[in-house]
Amino acid sequence: MSKIAEDLLYSESHEWVKVDGNVAIIGVSDFAQGEMGDITYVEMPDLDDEISAGDDFGALESVKTSSELVAPVSGKVIARNDVLEDEPERINEDPYGAWIIKVEMADKSELDALLNASAYAELVK
Amino acid sequence: MGAFSYFPQTGEDIRTMLEKIGAGSLDDLYADVPADFIYKGEYDLPSALSEQQVRDFFESLAAKNTQLKVFVGQGAYDHYTPSVIPYITSRSEFLTAYTPYQCEISQGTLRYIFEWQSMICRLTGLDCANASMYDGPTAAAEAMRLCVANAKKRRSVIVSARLLPNVIDTIRTYAKYAGINVVVTDKVQEEVAEGVLDLAGVIVPSINRFGVIESHLGLADLVHQMGALLVEYCDPSALAVVKSPAEWGADIAVGDGQSLGIPLCFGGPYVGFMACTAALMRKLPGRIVGQTVDASGKRCYVLTLQAREQHIRREKATSNICSNESLMALWCTVYLSLMGPEGMRRLNALCYEGAHYLHDALVATGKFERIFEADFLKEFCLKPLCDVEKLQQALLDAGFFAALQTEEGYVTFCVTEKHTREEMDRIIEIVKSI
Amino acid sequence: MKYYDKLIFELSKPGRIGFSLPDSICRASEAVAPAGACRPRQGRGGTTSVVGSEEIGEFCDPAKLTDSCDSPRGEQPRCKAVIWREAPLDLPEVSEVDVVRHYTNLSQMNFGVDTGFYPLGSCTMKYNPKINEEIANLPGFAGLHPLQPESTTKGALEVYVGMDKALAAITGMKHFTFLPCAGAHGELTGLMLMREYHMSRGDLARTKVIVPDSAHGTNPASAAVCGLDIVVVKSGENGLVDVEALKPLLGPDIAGIMLTNPNTLGLFERDIKQIAELVHACGGLLYYDGANMNPLLGVVRPGDMGFDIMHLNLHKTFSTPHGGGGPGAGPVGVSDKVLPFLHIPRVSGFHGNFGVILRAYAYILMLGREHIKLAGKLATLGANYIKESLKDCYKLPIPTVCKHEFVFDGLLDDNGVSTLDVAKRLLDYGFHAPTIYFPLLFHQAIMIEPTETESLETLDAFIAVMRKIAEEAKADPELLHGAPHNTPIGRPDETTAARQPVLKYE
Repeated sequence: MSKIAEDLLYSESHEWVKVDGNVAIIGVSDFAQGEMGDITYVEMPDLDDEISAGDDFGALESVKTSSELVAPVSGKVIARNDVLEDEPERINEDPYGAWIIKVEMADKSELDALLNASAYAELVK
Repeated sequence: MGAFSYFPQTGEDIRTMLEKIGAGSLDDLYADVPADFIYKGEYDLPSALSEQQVRDFFESLAAKNTQLKVFVGQGAYDHYTPSVIPYITSRSEFLTAYTPYQCEISQGTLRYIFEWQSMICRLTGLDCANASMYDGPTAAAEAMRLCVANAKKRRSVIVSARLLPNVIDTIRTYAKYAGINVVVTDKVQEEVAEGVLDLAGVIVPSINRFGVIESHLGLADLVHQMGALLVEYCDPSALAVVKSPAEWGADIAVGDGQSLGIPLCFGGPYVGFMACTAALMRKLPGRIVGQTVDASGKRCYVLTLQAREQHIRREKATSNICSNESLMALWCTVYLSLMGPEGMRRLNALCYEGAHYLHDALVATGKFERIFEADFLKEFCLKPLCDVEKLQQALLDAGFFAALQTEEGYVTFCVTEKHTREEMDRIIEIVKSI
Repeated sequence: MKYYDKLIFELSKPGRIGFSLPDSICRASEAVAPAGACRPRQGRGGTTSVVGSEEIGEFCDPAKLTDSCDSPRGEQPRCKAVIWREAPLDLPEVSEVDVVRHYTNLSQMNFGVDTGFYPLGSCTMKYNPKINEEIANLPGFAGLHPLQPESTTKGALEVYVGMDKALAAITGMKHFTFLPCAGAHGELTGLMLMREYHMSRGDLARTKVIVPDSAHGTNPASAAVCGLDIVVVKSGENGLVDVEALKPLLGPDIAGIMLTNPNTLGLFERDIKQIAELVHACGGLLYYDGANMNPLLGVVRPGDMGFDIMHLNLHKTFSTPHGGGGPGAGPVGVSDKVLPFLHIPRVSGFHGNFGVILRAYAYILMLGREHIKLAGKLATLGANYIKESLKDCYKLPIPTVCKHEFVFDGLLDDNGVSTLDVAKRLLDYGFHAPTIYFPLLFHQAIMIEPTETESLETLDAFIAVMRKIAEEAKADPELLHGAPHNTPIGRPDETTAARQPVLKYE
């Protein structure tokens, strides 16, 4: 049974979003990391890249699979968690601590389309 | 129809197997195929031959080819093949092995690929190399794709007009369908400086199609200022003595391993190579072998970074390549092991010596003019002052393939360590007689 | 197989050599040429592009080279120092015997078709006849330069003409191009031809290609490299392309469909006639992925099924050795419709992998029109025999008659034993593993393809081992989780390999 952090929003493609003012902090859920197995690489966008909701913004790689990271919101990338470059296993160890990027949101109303913790729990049940 | 040596099933075996399956005949196994599609005609093929007949047939075909002393390069170089190499590569454990996905029973293949990658890195001076590409031209085309993938939205690539024509054509083919804008130019430095807006990469030869060893002084900085990558197309044999891609500041090196002792064989199989800087490692196309340990801590080798590849990432893979030229990479690895640094240096010195001997003697006949001042290694180009067709025919009649004409009407020659003074003197005599 | 630990670099000792080269190629043989005789120098402009002799580089140092190469030193050297390599070249320094022993030892950690049986789905690892190797090494072929004039390569050109005719007869296509060096390269070439066909008609909106969810990974990857977008059509319950799901995908933006038939489940796409009609009616073309051609060899011709373009894997269907991953050859055949475009894409350097084409041609001539009729059928017979012999121990999701291959979905009674465990345990018993976790339609896929060159005894031995493994799974699952036990190495740490890649010897 995977863990679900209560105070976050979730996408159907298993990214989580923590809202901090106009900034969305994005990572992947415990369920996602469990499905992937040992994560070997995190492909991240560059700083200042514009990402749009529903499009890929990077990918997670494990030995035998890869999974696209799908942007839950649109906006500009203002920070990347560069520690993951060398230590991708942090996502396995602490999926809700190991954020991937921070995005300055272009349209906060996009958050409305995301799932809350209990709806996401239903999804991955 | 009688039994056949590649099919071990006896009539009784077939009956036993059909019985287990519950089928009445072999045809029953195709009952799900619409009857229209079962081919009922006689296949328009020759009647089966015995092994000796097959041998005779191919020997007679081979006899229809003329074996010539090859004094032409242009992407396929007639270097000597040490006898150790075909002996090793024909070992059936290498020859008949599958792709090394099952690493526990493929350490032989994986180990030589790791050695090949290491040697390509040492020749090019770059950080990582893949397990091989089909040939040099396709490796160049893949390098173009890598530049574009790396640059995200930029889609123009400047390509030196002094690359071999088959390299340029292959690049253009790959570019055409992928919507990549290829600018072929004689003036690479100027074109880059001019600042094509969406420049992703620049591809230049280390030694160009005229045999001239190019200087790329300052080019890498300029290309990098434009936010693009520099790709160098090289002859790996020559890299033992000419400046390496890393020394020029290139990001990617590609080329054909054929010059590392692979027989001419009418153009293939050869082997492409690709090396790049560490920053581009995860964008390399094709297979890559990495070192690790097994459960008991023994050093071992595996196919790694597979998440880049088509069998995992499908349409988002860095390339569609699956089968490569693994056995030819072994060929080159054994070659480089035998030659070592001293052998490679001496080999190039022999080529240099011979090519300059022939070059100077040809110019001295007065039938050719020099075109380029810059130095060359084993291949060179001259402007003919005589009837080229007549010359080529006279050379052919004497058993030489030499003086191949370029699109500009120049003629090219190539001398390797396989050639002799006597052969060159004979060529010079023929030239004088034209 | 014995574990051997060395890399060639670790055998290196300064001063050792493994080569043998002449001292000079300019000196007249047996006679000592006068100093400088080999370099008859004409006066040459010592222009600004030409600098001092010492800069030719160490490699041209006469003391270390040939005693007849000393003349340029006092004369007009013609190179810029800048073009020569300064970085040391750190290749191994080993003797010839070191090289032979090292690579022989490496080879002994390898499994090949000549070692044992490969039940490898979608890869057609059949026996590689030895006569083919001898043919490919005939000096009259191996010594040909690819740019030699046609008058001197008539025999080589006859090989291409003969192969073209033979492959056309076998497949029902019109003509072939031999430039592609592998199956995926053939797919790419074929899709380029598909695009040329549409472009020639001004039909520029056709930028999508349909690929079934069971397709080989190269199909979508090749389409992407060719600038096409992929539309996935799903398989029905019976494992075949769902024609009803296909219909709504067809339209003016569809360039074509890529199919392998039989598909990757080993099932013949029996609706192919209807599929061809539907795709053609919408203006698209049909591409045949020849990776699964073997069961149709001598039985069914893709051209007759309505395919417009196809590739063949000579290293699968036509018996050329896989070489540990290559070289292969992927000739592409076309119907009349596509013929005008066949020679437009220049996808490789010269004439394709001639050496591989020669081997395949020798194989076809050995088969002849008589034996070819049994090749596909015997392959299909073997696959069905294994399937029927093991379906009481392994989960068979689609029980109908298969072609050259079929797919189990793990053990019937798995006891926590995965497909990976079964595959690794097979290595202990001297068999190569099947293709696993593909196709993606099942979670525990085990894809088995025997080929027609395996005897009943070999198949029986494989079946017995597969049954034994099923028993071991019940009795001692730990044994299987830890397999293989008898191979030169055990399971590797692939995670560390991918997280901290070590890709070269330092």
